[in-house]
Amino acid sequence: MDISFTPEDLAFRDEVRAFFAESYDAELQSRLASHEPQVFKQAVVEWQKRLHTKGWIAPDWPVEYGGTGWSATWQFIYETERGLAGVRNVVPFGLKMVGHVIYTFGTQAQKDRFLPAILASDEWWCQGYSEPGSGSDLASLKTRAVRDGDDYVVTGAKIWTTYAHLADWIFCLVRTSTEGKKQEGISFLLIDMKSPGVKVNPIASIDNYHSLNEVEFNDVRVPVANRIGEQDKGWTYAKALLAHERTAIAEVADSKRGLSHIRQLAAAEVNGGKSLMADPIFQSRVSDIEIELMALEFTELRVLAAVASGGTPGAESSLLKIKGTELQQAVQALAMEVAAYYQGVLPNALTAEQLGHSFGSKARQSFMYGRAATIYGGSNEVQKNIIAKAVLGL
Amino acid sequence: MNFEFTQEQVMLRDSVARFIQDDYSFDERQRIAQSDTAMSAEHWSTFAELGWLSIPFAEEHGGFGGSAVDVMLVMEQLGRGLVLEPYLATTLLFGGLLQNGGSAALQAEYIPQIIEGKCQGAFAYLERQSRYELADVLTSASAVDGGYRLDGEKVVVFNGANADHVIVSARTSGQQSEESGISLFLLSMNSPGVEKLGYRMMDGQLVANLVMKSVVVPAANRVGELDQGFALMQAVVMQATMAVAAEALGIMEQLNAKTLEYTRTRKQFGVTIGSFQALQHRMVDTFMACEQTRSLLYRAVCALTDGNEDPAATVHALKVMVDRAGKLVFGEAIQLHGGMGITDELDIGHYAKRLMMINTTFGNGDFHQARFNALRYNTYNE
Repeated sequence: MDISFTPEDLAFRDEVRAFFAESYDAELQSRLASHEPQVFKQAVVEWQKRLHTKGWIAPDWPVEYGGTGWSATWQFIYETERGLAGVRNVVPFGLKMVGHVIYTFGTQAQKDRFLPAILASDEWWCQGYSEPGSGSDLASLKTRAVRDGDDYVVTGAKIWTTYAHLADWIFCLVRTSTEGKKQEGISFLLIDMKSPGVKVNPIASIDNYHSLNEVEFNDVRVPVANRIGEQDKGWTYAKALLAHERTAIAEVADSKRGLSHIRQLAAAEVNGGKSLMADPIFQSRVSDIEIELMALEFTELRVLAAVASGGTPGAESSLLKIKGTELQQAVQALAMEVAAYYQGVLPNALTAEQLGHSFGSKARQSFMYGRAATIYGGSNEVQKNIIAKAVLGL
Repeated sequence: MNFEFTQEQVMLRDSVARFIQDDYSFDERQRIAQSDTAMSAEHWSTFAELGWLSIPFAEEHGGFGGSAVDVMLVMEQLGRGLVLEPYLATTLLFGGLLQNGGSAALQAEYIPQIIEGKCQGAFAYLERQSRYELADVLTSASAVDGGYRLDGEKVVVFNGANADHVIVSARTSGQQSEESGISLFLLSMNSPGVEKLGYRMMDGQLVANLVMKSVVVPAANRVGELDQGFALMQAVVMQATMAVAAEALGIMEQLNAKTLEYTRTRKQFGVTIGSFQALQHRMVDTFMACEQTRSLLYRAVCALTDGNEDPAATVHALKVMVDRAGKLVFGEAIQLHGGMGITDELDIGHYAKRLMMINTTFGNGDFHQARFNALRYNTYNE
């Protein structure tokens, strides 16, 4: 057992650190924080292009498709430094989700057509899995795709579609057969958002912003060439993607950064004449989370090491998802305690000078939107069902 | 980066596992627990023959020169078997103090005996008032001609009733809770002036209280520097804390495995109770608690081995988690076994009691969390 870094590892860490310090500049960060959708999107694209130019846009893709070919250790170092530097994660739908499906299960033509634009962030993707009637029971989905010549005609609706209003493409699970088990009649389609019949309806969320949507499909024609793999086998491809997605959403380093930010904020808050961070009860609230994060960081390393030696992320990814999202929410909840009554002040209600307080609104936004983390990617209860079945054999 | 064990380590782990499988059934364990010595001399000889007693010692004394990883692997298996024999007291505490701070003469005299299984040792550090504070020492040692005179009382001395020799922490200078001014002394249990009161704890182990009245110890029996014993015992206790955490993890995984097996066979309402989602999710929680504990255990072992991060903070964190996760796991194990979980006949309650004792060994979760907070956040305390 040995987790010590080699001199090459340490040099790599320094290179990553230096790159983030230089390239993730303050001007870019201010645009990334914008609530103006197009300003935000432009800033994200710009950042991801910088990563692409550097060759680091896809740490977890194979080299032959434009990935870095990094070892598990280097992926871990990169992810840790990213989180600690407060650098936003890439938008996951292309790079962390459909990209893996396309290079694993797609045709050569599909790889040539889609992968370069995903890597270069020239095309934005969104995910069409959940439906108004199909949440945790994803396989019960009803959006229909009926073969008509060289096209499918797609009818139905997808929901909770993050960034659908910014996306160029959507990857969808659709029903191509109602025969047999419900998992067996599903196909995996790539749909151009500009296709006639696609309609995006915004959904306002409890964080007071707009990132979620409902996407309607009214007789949308999709070329059969845009189907991944075989017809009716989409569930297999979707499951592979979900395991990958869950591993990626633990975001341990981001939670560590969040907790260290809380420590800074709490140190500056005066509570009964003392720094809040000197309050033993508050200290224990921080260490409750820090200790779990120290453990989860090693759980993630153990999963990475297993994957590196030839395994695939299986039910362990469910564990990472559950603990990772629970801890994200714990960090967000603690930030709310630090913000005290300022958590309730709505954005734009007061000028910065009138408010005299900088993080309450941001804390609330993260806290409210953060409720989604234990729901998306398969709710944590569904993850527990997966562990009960796959690991405990129940 | 790898979490693999060497071939030698796998063989070591498997040899302990095989011993428990073949020779240390729960019935055998209960027979030993009820015997006069609460340990088996025969099994202890086996430990010596198989080389387990040599693991933490340097090769120059005939030891194996093992690492924290080796200790972890052995302790985890001993936990699974709920083993009573005093590996912690004799090998890791008494032996660890000698290995880390004993004079060449003391090492040469005692370490080979420990390795051969011919010496039972103990470390007497707790006092009536001390709770978990290692530095809270009232037992006094005053210099006399050729040595020291010890007076005071030590409580809950692990293996105290069976030990031939004991290392005692005593105050040679300073105030009651000062870290400075503590010295360690090795003495024979038969020394004039030592009174021993042996008794059993809820986990089956035999411990003792020691009253020392004008016990004279030769100067050569001081372990470590005068007045500087605290750092030595702190270092050894830190290693031993990792070791009992490994034992706890072995127990927790055993409890989970037994509970899982029970829910697969126990039927109510016409189906196995393991088919109920309410119970499945609770078993997933206990499974995750074990995985998180294993991760922190590995982290602590790495910190103790390669020094990439502060081992003290990591071991504190580990002991906090062993407290929380352990209580969750044994609580659910008893609950899911229903009425059977309450019976003394079943092993579940005995595993639970050992976990409870481990929780109080070297400080409970709250104690370690306060220490963790102090290490990590003390800059905010001005």
